[in-house]
Amino acid sequence: MLIRTVLAEDGALLREGLAALLDRFGFQVVAAVADADALVAAVTDHAPDLVVTDIRMPPGFSDEGLRAAVRLRRIRPDLPVVALSQYVETSYAADLLDSGTGSGVGYLLKDRVGDVREFIAVLRRVAAGGTVVDPDVVRTLLKRNPLAGLSNREREVLGLVAEGYANAGIAQHLVISEAAVNKHVGNIFTKLGLAPGEDRNRRVLATLTYLRG
Amino acid sequence: MGERTIWEAVGRRRFLLSRWPWRAVAYVLSTPMAAAASLAVLPFALVGGPLAARPVVAVERRRLRLVRAASAGGPVSWWDVAHLLVVALLAVPSLVLGLALVLVLALIASPLFVTPDRVLALGFGEVRTVQEAVPFALTGLALLPLLLYVFALVAGVHSTVARALLHPSGTRLRTELVQVAQSRERLVTAFDAERRRIERDLHDGAQQRVVSLVMQLGIATLELPPDSPAAESVAGAHAQAKQLLVELREFVHGIHPQALSDLGLPAALQELADRSPIPVTVRCQVPARPSGTVESAAYFVVAEALSNAAKHSGATTIEVAASLRHDVLTVEVTDDGHGGADAGHGSGLTGLADRCAALGGTLSLSSPEAGPTTVRAEFPC
Repeated sequence: MLIRTVLAEDGALLREGLAALLDRFGFQVVAAVADADALVAAVTDHAPDLVVTDIRMPPGFSDEGLRAAVRLRRIRPDLPVVALSQYVETSYAADLLDSGTGSGVGYLLKDRVGDVREFIAVLRRVAAGGTVVDPDVVRTLLKRNPLAGLSNREREVLGLVAEGYANAGIAQHLVISEAAVNKHVGNIFTKLGLAPGEDRNRRVLATLTYLRG
Repeated sequence: MGERTIWEAVGRRRFLLSRWPWRAVAYVLSTPMAAAASLAVLPFALVGGPLAARPVVAVERRRLRLVRAASAGGPVSWWDVAHLLVVALLAVPSLVLGLALVLVLALIASPLFVTPDRVLALGFGEVRTVQEAVPFALTGLALLPLLLYVFALVAGVHSTVARALLHPSGTRLRTELVQVAQSRERLVTAFDAERRRIERDLHDGAQQRVVSLVMQLGIATLELPPDSPAAESVAGAHAQAKQLLVELREFVHGIHPQALSDLGLPAALQELADRSPIPVTVRCQVPARPSGTVESAAYFVVAEALSNAAKHSGATTIEVAASLRHDVLTVEVTDDGHGGADAGHGSGLTGLADRCAALGGTLSLSSPEAGPTTVRAEFPC
């Protein structure tokens, strides 16, 4: 099934390149726009499955894309949004994760579009309601607050959780068994005070805790 | 010649033996000629502005050095023209003094010129013999010091007037200083705006292009069969383009960090802290955003202090504090290293101190041996 996507990027060259890339990998770009107002209008018109937006856009060239995404998720809290940024800014990631349901968001450095397979995989994960945060952001936050209670392995696992991996993916990544990952994730939830049986997604809450340091 | 003004010189007991009387005489005697030149040029100056009087003003400025009342130089102004008017007014007293000097010298010299068959008329009477001339000569000798004091008096009055006119008074000096300070601040602001513009241009231009390039090469690596001869070189180009993107981002960040314009000082300082190899804690109490120029200066002070600490201090922790209170923005970077930092020693802090000063701020460094080192900058905003 085609993932109907609205794309917002003010640089014409990159906008066209991204649109071509998405078209090729099973997305249908229903609108490709160049500023935040047009983004809001296009999402209202097309009700897409996914929004991919640049953060810095006209008219102010600061964080218009992000503000528009947050506004859109107020209206439609589960609207999947991937925000692209030229530099690592942890507060942008936190703003996105705070918006709407707190899932179905992605925050990536623009550089990641070069790793086509991974980039496409991230878009699909987010479109499916996953949460992905750029590894650089994760690294920065880890450095800022090593979440003192967690072991190194647990921090590693939490980092991958924040990047949107499921337990199977984490197991593959760290070359350990899925049972071991389950145990680590359980320990992380306990250490972060996330009791089982709560209504909200504990993985998302763990990610949020992690991002807020 | 230690005296700074003719008035100080006149007060000395050895005044008559110093060079000052001769300076005064030279000055006063040259005044009538200067007056004539001034009168000639004044109409042009009044019509065409001060610059029209420039040649005469230049001569006058040199002449004033005789009595140590030289103007500070600088562009010719209306004050110089006013001074020419004063010179013109002094023409008559100067001429009278000149004649008096001739008379006194004639009195003194009279015994040398008198001969039995020539009658010398000396104003007060006539002399025929050397004996008759002697009292006149003595009178002349007695009058000469007095006359030199009168010369000094006239030169002194003139130099005082010239000083008052040509040396910026307190108020004028203050006005000029304010203008200089404003122009310096404008320069720093323009410099800062230019950096933002360059950052924006690079972001919209080069960075976008390289992102596109990286993406195209990413697609190409996917499309080429892995065993194709081009696969390896395309993969190499892809890797290099990605590295270029990283380096370009660092470069742009060094010109002007986007986080600073987009999110303000606290976020930008936190980002700096994240980049530091030494653990940094950041405390910010900056409830309002200062002007962009002040933000930039404060940011670059912290950036420089952090980079110095990382390179030289041997510190294990660094604290960055920023606060905005009573319209003063203060940033402070303290490390627990071994101290002994020297601001003058090839450190970028000197240039930053100038930048702070241009904004009316201050930059201070405290780094005793054995530490700790504190760099602190304050800006009015």
